[in-house]
Order: sequence, then structure tokens, then C-alpha cells
Amino acid sequence: MYTETQILKDTTQTAANGSEGELVINVGPQHPATHGVLHLVITLNGETIKKVEPHLGYIHRSIEKMCESLTYRQFIYVTSRMDYLSAHINNHACAMTVEKAMQIEVPQRAQYIRVLMDELTRVASHELWWGAMAMDLGAFTPFFYAFRERETINEIMEETCGARLTMNYMVPGGVMADLHPDFVRKVKAFIQLFKDHIDEYDELVTGNVIFQNRMKGIGYLSKEDAISFGCSGPVARASGVNCDIRKLSPYEVYSQVEFDEVLQTEGDSFARYLVRIAEMKQSIRIIEQLIDGIPEGDFQAKTKAVLKLPKGEFYSRVETARGELGVYIVSEGGTTPYRIKFRSPGFSNLSALDHMVRGSKIGDLMATMGTLDLVIPDIDR
Amino acid sequence: MFIKEYLSDIFNATKSLFTGMKRTGYYFVHPKEIITEQYPDNRDTLKMAERFRGEVIMPHDENNEHACTGCTACELACPNATIKIITKFELTPEGKKKKALDTFVYHLELCTMCGLCVEACPTGAIQMGQNFEHSVFDRSMLTKKLNNPGSKIREGVE
Repeated sequence: MYTETQILKDTTQTAANGSEGELVINVGPQHPATHGVLHLVITLNGETIKKVEPHLGYIHRSIEKMCESLTYRQFIYVTSRMDYLSAHINNHACAMTVEKAMQIEVPQRAQYIRVLMDELTRVASHELWWGAMAMDLGAFTPFFYAFRERETINEIMEETCGARLTMNYMVPGGVMADLHPDFVRKVKAFIQLFKDHIDEYDELVTGNVIFQNRMKGIGYLSKEDAISFGCSGPVARASGVNCDIRKLSPYEVYSQVEFDEVLQTEGDSFARYLVRIAEMKQSIRIIEQLIDGIPEGDFQAKTKAVLKLPKGEFYSRVETARGELGVYIVSEGGTTPYRIKFRSPGFSNLSALDHMVRGSKIGDLMATMGTLDLVIPDIDR
Repeated sequence: MFIKEYLSDIFNATKSLFTGMKRTGYYFVHPKEIITEQYPDNRDTLKMAERFRGEVIMPHDENNEHACTGCTACELACPNATIKIITKFELTPEGKKKKALDTFVYHLELCTMCGLCVEACPTGAIQMGQNFEHSVFDRSMLTKKLNNPGSKIREGVE
């Protein structure tokens, strides 16, 4: 299927330039701007990009295959290593699939805790993205500002879950431990801190003319293309696609909270930037609604020591910080899955990169890649 | 017209740059609001969170007794084969044979600190310790025996 923009870009490529003066350069696998071992083979004509070809597999750890030899309690911890910035949400998706298959009723308190943790993770992930993206564009200071707020979240996580990044806090049936007594107070302190500092972000970066010039109109992705490439998360929402799983098929207590699905219709890098900034504020809004009303009760449902899924196929999906994560389990009735497949958001978002940057300058590639918010272990798994 | 646009562009860019620099300058003259910690200089005062998962430890009480029955629940729960439990048979006063823990082998180099073993332990014999400085000069030093030499199971733990 050819879209209008693609045909335009192809003619500029073939008719005017030909293969003469073509330059092929490698960005990565070790490159500071790719935030991981992503290898991009870029075909250039001067400074204009003709083609971007991502080469994957440098950090492939065969997590899907590993899961086949782990039990349903054990395989959750591995998924923290996929999208390490939203480890909680990955674990949540896996635990949810197992619960769906075994028809375990999760206690109300556990549902509240899960959603609170998910949203904190989302804020932390977007904070890191904001800092890293500004660093891609040459501004170093925002990185430290973002990490100041992120550090507060990490401390909250460390206190309750026991780890800062790979939490492994979700278990089938609830969460591993009850909330730390200081949790509510610290989260409220964080909300205050965040509200005090979010305006600094706009002051430092959003309003900057140089930044806007590098972002506006760059890396355009139309609504149709976003759908056909399978983009999800902020990347698709910046192009005007309604794809927030929290709204489309609410899980846990998302149906009870009020929040807006952030939509932008421009589809350029600046729109993706604005979507993420606004999403942080929406996450804070969700946390504010839930933090005061955490119900008393169990934090974990009573489950058997050895989990056995019934024979069949099970699928559930969640909205991670990067988009839609789907977990698909094929069970033969034993204690370990027969096959597990993860539909990771990063892979589909990366596939749109070539389409987005064709015909633009190489400097714009870095800016566009920054707004895609790629986490390479999530793409390779 | 072009000159006017050009100059206003420069003016706006400089202005927005100064708006950002104002924020940077604020923190330059307010160093107390900076939250950087000076590790390892603060080692004496650095306190990890209570639940922090640094390594698996087996607490012993003052009589050199632990609570591990050697049931291998942690060994089965571990996703990475980090734990190996070697059991022995002890004679109870009644003359019966009873399974007891001989050696609790813990491979720190394989451990991912997921905490599933602590979750699985029925007697609360193992815990997650707060130590996070694991570097040693030889890899073999990472394989640890968690139960103290001469230790035995606490009375009343089944």
C-alpha cells in the first residue's frame, strides 16, 4: 500500500539523485544517541536520508524461549528485563494473563496498588525520556532535572518493592508485599514536588525556540500510517489515533478513575513531545484520585503453590509507557507455558522510523528517534 | 521584511535561551536544593531501604540456630538455579531419622534478586539482606554457604 507521502518521497529519491553520491553509514551498535545496542544502516545522499534500515538482534536474550522453561510464578521476573523502564507494567501484563486463565479474583486493594505503581512507573519512564531526548538534541541540563524527580519515584519503589528498576512486585493473584507504611506520605510529597517542577520543564525546553524549530514538522507520521505500521502509545496518539488501552478495554480500576486520553493531531515530533508531557500530568491525576482511597484488605489472593493453567490460549494487553504490550500464552495444561509471545510496543514504533525520516536531514533522525522513546531490550527481547 | 523576521528570530531565540538559563542560574545560587549524594563518601550514613533486595541471607540467632528445615521450596522457586540445598539425615532423640539441612549453597553470581525464594520459604528462614557491594577478586568467592558451621535448626520449627 502506497500512501501519498511515500510516492512523493520516492520520486525525490530516484529521479533526482540516483545511486550516484550515495553514502552508507552505520549508526551503532555502540552509539550514544541510540540508547542501547541499536544498529541503524543509513543510506545518505549528502545530508539527506534516503533509507534507514534497523538491524536488530544485538541484545536478543530469547526471553520468550526462556519463559517456556519457567513456571508461571517464575516467568514474571524475566519480563522486567524487556522494557526495563516500565518493568512494573510488564509484570502486570503477565500476572494479568495468568489470572485471566486461572480466573483468580484479585482483591480490590491489590488492584489499587497495581494501578498506583503502574502510573508511578509511567511518570518515571516519561521523566527519563524527557531528559534523554533533550540530551539527544544537545541540552545536557534537563537530564539532571528529570532525574531529580525520577529519583524520588525510585526511592518509593525501593521502599515498597525492594528494587529500583527490576521490581518483580507483581505475583499472580496480587502483589508480593503490602505497601510500605510511608508509601502514601511519600507519594503525596512526590506529587507536590512534581507539580512544583513541571513548569520548569516547559520553561527550560518546551518554550525554547531552537528546540521547537528542531521538533516542529519533523518526523511526520500520518494517522493512516500510524495505524498501518501498528504504532501504539504516545507515538500513535500524537498522530490522532485513539489507542489508549486504559480507555479502550479498562483493566483493574482504570474504569473508575477519571483521566483524559491525550491526543494530538499534528503527528510530528513536537506533538509526540507534547503528548508525553501531558501524559505525565494525567498520570499524576490518576494517582491523586487513588491515593486517598486505597481500601483495606488483602494484598494477595489465595493461590495454590503450584500454578497450572488450563489448556488453551490466553491473551491480555496493557498500556505501557511506550504503547500496547500484549502477552499471549499457549498452555498445554502443565506448570510451564508451551509458548509465550510478547507483542512489544517498541518494535512496531521502530518500524515506522524509516517512513518518518525519509527525505529529511540526518540531524532530524536523532530528534525523531528521541521522540520515539525506544528501549532496545524491548525491541529485541 | 526579511531582515525584520531574521532579527526577531534572533531576539526570540536569545530570549527563550535566557528563560532557560534563569532556571539554571536559580539552582546555581541555591545549592541546598540539589539532591546529589556523594557515594562512597557517605557510606557510614547510607542506609538502604528495609525491603531492599541486595542478597539472600540466613539469619542465625545467638545460639547459632536457623529456621531452615531443608524443604527445598526455595530451590524449586528459584528461576536461575541459584540455590542448592544439600540435606542430611539426623537421628531424633526418639531414634527416628529426620531430614535436616546440611549445606545451603547460594550462588550469588547467578542471582537476579527477584525475591521469589523468600516468598516461597514456609518458615521464614531466609531473608533479603541490604548489602549491595558484591565485588570480589575471584568468582569462586561468590558461591556462598549461608548456614554457619555447626549451626542447627531452631527448636519447634517444622
